[in-house]
Amino acid sequence: MKDKVDVLIIGSGASGAAVAWSLAETKMRILCLEQGDWMKPSEYPSTRKDYEARLYSDFATSPNIRKRPSDYPINDDNSPIKVVNFNAVGGSTVMYTAHFPRLHPSDFKVRTLDGVADDWPVDYKTLEPFFAENDRMMGVSGLTGDPAYPAHQPPMPPLPLGKSGTRIGQAMNKLGWHWWPSDTSLATQEYDGRAPCINLGHCTPACSQGAKASTDITYWPHAVRAGVELRTNCRVKEILTDENDMATGVVYFDADGVEQFQPAEVVIVACNGVGTPRLLLNSKSARFPNGLANSSGLVGKNLMFHPWATIYGYLDEPMDGHRGPPLCVWSQEFYETDLSRGFVRGYNLQFNRGIGVATEAVATEAAGILPWGERHHETFRGLVGRRMSVGVCTEDLPEEHNRVTLDPVLKDGHGIPAPKIDYAIGANTSLMLDHAIARAKEILAAAGAREVHTMAPLMYAGWHLLGTARMGTDPARSVVNEWGRSHDVKNLFIVDGSIFVTSGGVNPTSTIQALALYIADQMKQRLATLFD
Amino acid sequence: MPTETLSPAEARDLKCLAGMIIPASTAYSVPGADDDLIMADMLQSLGRDFADVRTALANLARLAGGSFASLDPDRRGAVVGDFRAEGGQPLAILTRLVLLCYYRDDRVMRSLNLEPRPPFPKGHVVEQGDWSLLDQVRTRPRFWRDAP
Repeated sequence: MKDKVDVLIIGSGASGAAVAWSLAETKMRILCLEQGDWMKPSEYPSTRKDYEARLYSDFATSPNIRKRPSDYPINDDNSPIKVVNFNAVGGSTVMYTAHFPRLHPSDFKVRTLDGVADDWPVDYKTLEPFFAENDRMMGVSGLTGDPAYPAHQPPMPPLPLGKSGTRIGQAMNKLGWHWWPSDTSLATQEYDGRAPCINLGHCTPACSQGAKASTDITYWPHAVRAGVELRTNCRVKEILTDENDMATGVVYFDADGVEQFQPAEVVIVACNGVGTPRLLLNSKSARFPNGLANSSGLVGKNLMFHPWATIYGYLDEPMDGHRGPPLCVWSQEFYETDLSRGFVRGYNLQFNRGIGVATEAVATEAAGILPWGERHHETFRGLVGRRMSVGVCTEDLPEEHNRVTLDPVLKDGHGIPAPKIDYAIGANTSLMLDHAIARAKEILAAAGAREVHTMAPLMYAGWHLLGTARMGTDPARSVVNEWGRSHDVKNLFIVDGSIFVTSGGVNPTSTIQALALYIADQMKQRLATLFD
Repeated sequence: MPTETLSPAEARDLKCLAGMIIPASTAYSVPGADDDLIMADMLQSLGRDFADVRTALANLARLAGGSFASLDPDRRGAVVGDFRAEGGQPLAILTRLVLLCYYRDDRVMRSLNLEPRPPFPKGHVVEQGDWSLLDQVRTRPRFWRDAP
C-alpha cells in the first residue's frame, strides 16, 4: 500500500491544477493522479506539414476518434452533440481555443432574475478576486472597458484585430451591436516563462509556441516546485469509503496497468462534467448503492453542453484566414434576458478569423460548396482565406433527463465501465439558436459576406461539460455544498465544471478555475474544521 | 506491424478517382490530385483511414463492374455520379484523404500564394487592424445586469 497523502486530487486539467497550486502553500502532502502523460510540444501538429490532417487522427477532438491510450470511450450515440475533451497533463486546456470570458453576474442568479433553474450558492462578487487571480496565473490577454462586463483588467494587451476583426467591427458598428476583443488565455507578450503568440493559427489542437495557457505550462510548474506530486498514466477506478462514510482513498491502475490503492485524508475530484459523474457512479458500495455522494440522485443529471451553431460566409477579399488565432472578438449583445425575443437567458457570439487551407477544402467539399472536377480550382480560390465565421454559444438550462450514466457494456482499456450520454436540446435553447442564427446572418450580410451557410447544432461541440454534480445548500437538490464539499462524504470535494448550477452562455474555463481557487481558499480557511 | 497498403488495382482506381476530384489545371499551374508525388503521400498517409478507403474503393469497383480505372471517361463519369449519390462515411473519408494530401503539396501551396511549411516556428504576421472602430462601443453605457 502507498503512503497516505493529505490531499489526493484526481485529474490535472483546468480545475485540478488550480486547486493543487492553491493548496500547495499549506505544505500538506498533495498528490495528483492523472490518467494521461505530459505532452511534448515538439510533437504538436503545427510543427509538421501534415498538421491539419492530425485533426482527424491523434489530435481529433473526440476521444472516440482520437483513441489515445489515455482516452476512455464515451457512448454519445443518444446525443446530437458529441463529447470532446483531451486527456493528458493539463487536460482539455491542452486542446481548447483559449476563449476566456467569465460568467456574468446575472448568471449566478437566474431564478431570482428570470424565474428559471436555480440560483447558485455563490455569486460573481464572491468569485471576483479568484477570477483575477486565475487571470494572472493563466496569463490572460484582453482589453479593459468592455461595457458588457464589470470592470476587470487582463494582465496582457489583446490579440490584434487583424483584417477579420476590423471587418467584423465595421459590420457590428453598422448594426449598432456590441462587440469587443475577446479575453483569451493566449500570451501576447512574454509572460511567466511563456513565449508570446506568433500567430501559428492552429491554437485548438495544442500550441507549439507555448503561448496558449494550458495548465501543464501555467499552474503545474509552480505547483510541482511547491512540492505537489503529479503521478501520470494513473487511471482512477473508484473512490473507497469507510463505515463512517468518509473517503479512505482511491483504487487506480498505474502506468504498468497494475491495480494500486492510494490512501488519502481528503479526496478532490477534478474530472469535469463527464469524468466526475462516471467516477462517482463507478464508486458505488453497500453504503452508497447508487454511487458515491449521490443521496440526492443528481449525480450525472442536469448535463449542460452549450449547444453551438456556426454560421459562415465568404468575403470579397482575403481576411486573416489561417493566420492568427481563430479567436478574434465577441459580442454580448444578446446575452442578457430580453423576453421580447421569445426566450429567457441568452447567448454569446464568438467571431473567428478563418480555418486552415486543407480544412477549408474538407469542410466546403463536405458542405457541397466545393465541387469536384474542372470548377474545383476556381471555386476554391474564391473561398480560401476569405471565410468569416460566427460561433454561437447558447445557454443550456439544466434538465434532469440530460444525463451521464454508466454504459452497461462499453468499458475502457482497464475494464472500467464507460460513460453513456443521453441528451436532447431544450425548447428554450432551440428558440435561442434560431434567434442567434438569424442575427449572425444579419451580421454576415452587413459585412458583405456571400454564400452563407449554417451548421446547427454543431455535432462535435461538446466541449463544455457542466452541471452533473451541482452545488447548492440543499442536500436533497445538490451534490456538493456552497464550497465544493460533498453533502454525503465530508472529506470529498468536487472542483470542476460538474458543480455548475447553470451554464451561462460563455466558455466556462475561466469560471471553472475561479471556482476551484475559491474552493481551495475555503478549504484553507477551514482546515481545522474541514470535516465538521 | 507492417504498414497496410492498397493493392495495385486499388491504387490505380484511387489515382483515377483523385484526378477526377481535383484535375490538373494549366490555368493555375497546378498538378491534379493524381500526380505521382501526391499519390505517394496519400498511400503513405492511409493510417487509420485504411479500412474506410478500401471499402470506398470496393464500392467504386462494384459500381464499375470491375476496374474503375479501365473504364472509358464517359462511363467513369456515370459511375462517379452513382458513387457520390450512394454517399456514406467511406467515401467521405476517401475524399478527405485526397484533399488533405493535395492541399499540403508544395506546388499547390505556392499556387495559392502560401509558403509550403508548417506554421511553427516561423508563425505569421497579423496586422493590428483598426482599433478606432471600438470608439463607438466604448461610449455605450454598461449593459450587464446587476445581480441582487
